[in-house]
Amino acid sequence: QEIRKVVQALEQTAREILTLLQGVHQGAGFQDIPKKCQKAREHFGTVRTQLESLKTKFPADQYYRFHEHWRFVLQRLVFLAAFVVYLESETLVTREAVAEILGIEADRERGFHLDIEDYLSGVLTLASELARLAVNSVTAGDYSRPLRISTFINELDSGFRLLNLKNDSLRKRYDGLKYDVKKIEEVVYDLSIRGLNKEATVGAGGEK
Amino acid sequence: GSGGFRKRKHDNFPHGQRREEKENVNPSSALMTSFKSFQLELDTRHDKYERLVKLSRDITIESKRTIFLLHRFTSAPNGEEILNESEVKLDAVRRKIKQVAQELIGEDMYQFHRAISPGLQEYVEAVSFQYFIKTRSLISVEEINKQLIFTAEDREETTNTTSNYNDEQPHTWSLKVTPVDYLLGVADLTGELMRLCISSVGNGDIDTPFELSQFLRQIYDGFTFIGNTGPYEVSKKLYTLKQSLAKVENACYTLKVRGSEIPKHMLADVFSTKTELIDQEEGLS
Repeated sequence: QEIRKVVQALEQTAREILTLLQGVHQGAGFQDIPKKCQKAREHFGTVRTQLESLKTKFPADQYYRFHEHWRFVLQRLVFLAAFVVYLESETLVTREAVAEILGIEADRERGFHLDIEDYLSGVLTLASELARLAVNSVTAGDYSRPLRISTFINELDSGFRLLNLKNDSLRKRYDGLKYDVKKIEEVVYDLSIRGLNKEATVGAGGEK
Repeated sequence: GSGGFRKRKHDNFPHGQRREEKENVNPSSALMTSFKSFQLELDTRHDKYERLVKLSRDITIESKRTIFLLHRFTSAPNGEEILNESEVKLDAVRRKIKQVAQELIGEDMYQFHRAISPGLQEYVEAVSFQYFIKTRSLISVEEINKQLIFTAEDREETTNTTSNYNDEQPHTWSLKVTPVDYLLGVADLTGELMRLCISSVGNGDIDTPFELSQFLRQIYDGFTFIGNTGPYEVSKKLYTLKQSLAKVENACYTLKVRGSEIPKHMLADVFSTKTELIDQEEGLS
């Protein structure tokens, strides 16, 4: 029961971060990105506290007994952390970095940790979000971001191809990745046939 | 229309460009390197899971065979032999459980619980069946777990396992059957006991049914106490348990009312028709 209470609090915080970061999809949101990221990181402070309290609610060596309770919110948090890191640096957040943001361990041996499958699920959610961001970037007039997203997603896809997945929920999620890849390719294609991507590279160098 | 336009757009899709882009992915970039390690980690985990599933299946098969063997105890004059053979079989099962325990060293058991649970339940069923035949009582979960503490048997085993321990320290592995698995195994046991009841009557044994009736009623009371507070599977088994108990009670009733009238060698017929009827009913429902 207690676990459920803490999980609910975590979900609430996650929702707050999500609402905050959703703002980047709109035109005005683009300028605000660094500020939004900073605010998001502050929220993660709350997350850390909540996870600390969650750790105390059960014996450390029975993590997987109760794992299902917080699995969803943890995956959500991984996604949010990955999103923030991407907005800041356009790189993929590492498992260790996520663990640090959330204030938990990276390995099982050291206690409450991030399971690799939860990390991967969160990353896949990031892919979907970036597909959406690519579309909205164009709408907002940013023609270079989709190209960078495209490179990033392709690398991500190559990485996932290395994995031998079982026919479980992670695999089904991964199957969704190809639709994200396709969507982003379409955006890039739309830009390239209209010469807009060239405009972007020229614009980046030639403005001012 | 716009549908047609879309189609044409896809035909002109620059597939060549896409392929080129994919080849540009640096295979030793940080991201790719970490995914390679993910691959390794996931493969290792899946392999372990599969090994445990195989062990669990072996445990299930051997436990089931032990149960069949123990059913033969009732009609055979060489009961002692059968009991000894059953012990040998159960020792073999326990050796498999030891392998499970070894696989689970340093792991969180609950991560792999689904892989081994069926096997453990079957084992509980078998070992409690044997215990009942010997002692007419129910083995406790503590007693079961006591038998699942293993030590390294010979030097060979200790040197094979990678360890930082002193060679003098004995390696111990243990597996704890969870209360839920124990309950589910005992619930399945009641089904076997019900069969035992019917077959013992057929052998002219008119004491066992009454002992079983009392025993099963106690188990049933225990389960009723848990009621619906346990996990879903327990509630499901409770339903079957009720039916088993009813069959046994009906058998006792028949014995009591008609037992003295019917010669022993015909008792079996009475019960075979009755069980046929019951089974037919079940088939229809």
